[in-house]
Amino acid sequence: MTLATAFFYLFSAVMLASAVMVIASRNPVHSVLFLILAFFNAAGLFLLLGAEFLAMILVVVYVGAVAVLFLFVVMMLDIDFGELRSGAMQYLPIGGLIGVILAVELILVLTSWAFGPEIAPALASPAPEPTVMDNVAALGAILYTRYVLFFQLSGLILLVAMIGAIVLTLRHKEGVRRQDIAAQVARNKSGIEIRKVESGKGI
Amino acid sequence: MGDFASDFLLPLLIMIGQSLLLLVSLLVVIAYLLLADRKVWAAVQLRRGPNVVGPFGLLQSFADLLKFVLKEPVIPAGSNKGVFLLAPLITCVLALSAWAVVPVSAGWVIADINVGILYIFAISSLGVYGVIMGGWASNSKYPFLGALRSAAQMVSYEVSIGFVIVTVLMCVGSLNLTAIVESQRSDWGFLGWYWLPLFPMLIIFFVSALAETNRPPFDLPEAESELVAGFMVEYSSTPYLLFMLGEYVSITLMCALTVILFFGGWLPIFDFAPFTWIPGIVWFVLKVCLVFFMFAMVKSIVPRYRYDQLMRLGWKVFLPISLAMVVIVAFVLQVTGWAPGAV
Repeated sequence: MTLATAFFYLFSAVMLASAVMVIASRNPVHSVLFLILAFFNAAGLFLLLGAEFLAMILVVVYVGAVAVLFLFVVMMLDIDFGELRSGAMQYLPIGGLIGVILAVELILVLTSWAFGPEIAPALASPAPEPTVMDNVAALGAILYTRYVLFFQLSGLILLVAMIGAIVLTLRHKEGVRRQDIAAQVARNKSGIEIRKVESGKGI
Repeated sequence: MGDFASDFLLPLLIMIGQSLLLLVSLLVVIAYLLLADRKVWAAVQLRRGPNVVGPFGLLQSFADLLKFVLKEPVIPAGSNKGVFLLAPLITCVLALSAWAVVPVSAGWVIADINVGILYIFAISSLGVYGVIMGGWASNSKYPFLGALRSAAQMVSYEVSIGFVIVTVLMCVGSLNLTAIVESQRSDWGFLGWYWLPLFPMLIIFFVSALAETNRPPFDLPEAESELVAGFMVEYSSTPYLLFMLGEYVSITLMCALTVILFFGGWLPIFDFAPFTWIPGIVWFVLKVCLVFFMFAMVKSIVPRYRYDQLMRLGWKVFLPISLAMVVIVAFVLQVTGWAPGAV
C-alpha cells in the first residue's frame, strides 16, 4: 500500500465520518464545523488526484467564505434542535422515499453512462502532463478559450444574483446623517480661525 | 527494509528537521519582533518600553511566555469547552502552517508547491475561524460582538487582497512563490521590483493586510477601549498566548508576503558585487523587518477606524480600485506583449 492510498483512505474516512456528524450532532454550530471538516477533506482528496488548483479554490471559496457566512447565520439563530427533532420520525417515510429515488437515479445514470462522440479525442489525452503544463495553466487555457461563453455566463448569473440581493435589501432611510468623506476632505479653512493660545490665559 | 529507510524514512526525517528549524527560528524572530513592536510604540509615545528583563528588556518576550504558560487557564462554566479550546489552536496552527511555502532564500523553502500563493491565500482566509469560534464558544456578549465584527471585516478585505495578488500573478505568469521572486530579478536592482509599477496595489495590499490581521487602525474585533479585548475576553494563560502568537505569526506572514510580492523577496537591492555577497536570507529578514516597522508605526500613530468607515474603505474604495487595476494591468500586458508564459 502506497502512501497515497493510505491518505486516500484517511481523507475519505474522516470526510464520511464528519458528513455523518453534520446531521447527527445535536448542536447546529457543531454541524457547520463538521461540514467545514468535510470540505477540508474533500480538498485533500482533490490534492491526491493532482488537482491542486481545485483543492485550493475549494478551501478559499467554500471554507473561507461560504461556510463563514453559514456558521454566522447558524450562530445567530437560537434554535433548540432537540425540540425540532422530536417529531422527525413522522417525516421518515417521505424522506426515505426521496432518498431511494435519488439513489435509483444515481445508479441509472452511472450504469448507462456513455461519452459523446466528440469527447473521445479529449478522453485520449485528458490532461497535459504535469511536466508540460501545470494544472492552473491547463484549466485557464481551456476555460478562456473553448468554454469562454459558459464561463462568462456563469459569472453574469452570479452578478445578477448579487445585484438582486442588494436591490432586495437596500433601504434608503430618510433623516439619517451620512458621512460624505469627499465633502469633508474638500472643505477649506475659510470658516476656521486658528489662534495661538497663551497658556494660563485662555481666549 | 533498507529501501524503506532510504526512500521514506530519511526524507521524512529531513522534512521534520527542516520544519522544526523553520518553526524555532520563526518563533525566536517573533519574540524579538514583539519586543520591537512595543519598543517602537513606546518610542513614538516618548516612553522607554520594556527595559527590565535582561539588558534593554531583550528577554521580555520570554518572560511573558513563561508567565502565560505557568498561569492557570480559566474556562468559563457556560462555554462550549471543546470549541473554546480548539479556537486558539486553530488560529496558531493555521498561521504557522502557511509558512511551509514561504521561500526565505533561493531554494530555502519546505514545500515548493506550484500553487504556493493560492495556498497562503486559502490558509489566511481560514484565520477567521479561530476568531469566530473563540467568540461564539465563550458564550458572552463582548466576545460575540468581536466575532461578529471580525467575520465581516476579514471576509471583506480578503477580496481586495485577492485582486492585488491577481495583478501580481498576471505580471509573473505563475502561482509559485519562488517564481514570483525570480521574475523580479533585473539589471535595475530594486527599481525592477513590483513595488514601482504596481505602487497603488502595494498601498492597497498593505492596508488590507493590516485589516486582515486585525492590526490597528482596524483592530475592531479586539478594540480594548470598547470591547475590552473582543473575542479574547474570556481567554487566559496558554490559550490566550496561542491567540497572540497566531496573530503575530500571521502579521509576519503578511510582511513576508509583501516582501515577496512587491520587494523582490531575497533579491539584493542592486544586482552587483558588494550587495550580491550578502546571503539572500539576510536580505529577506531585513526587508521583513522594514515592513514590520511600518506595521508598528501605523499602530502607534493612526487612530482606530469606525466600523462603517472600515466597511466603506473595503467595499467602496479598495474593491473598485483593485478591480480597475486588474483590468488596466491586463490591458497593458496584452497590448505591450509583456504578458509572460503565453501558452
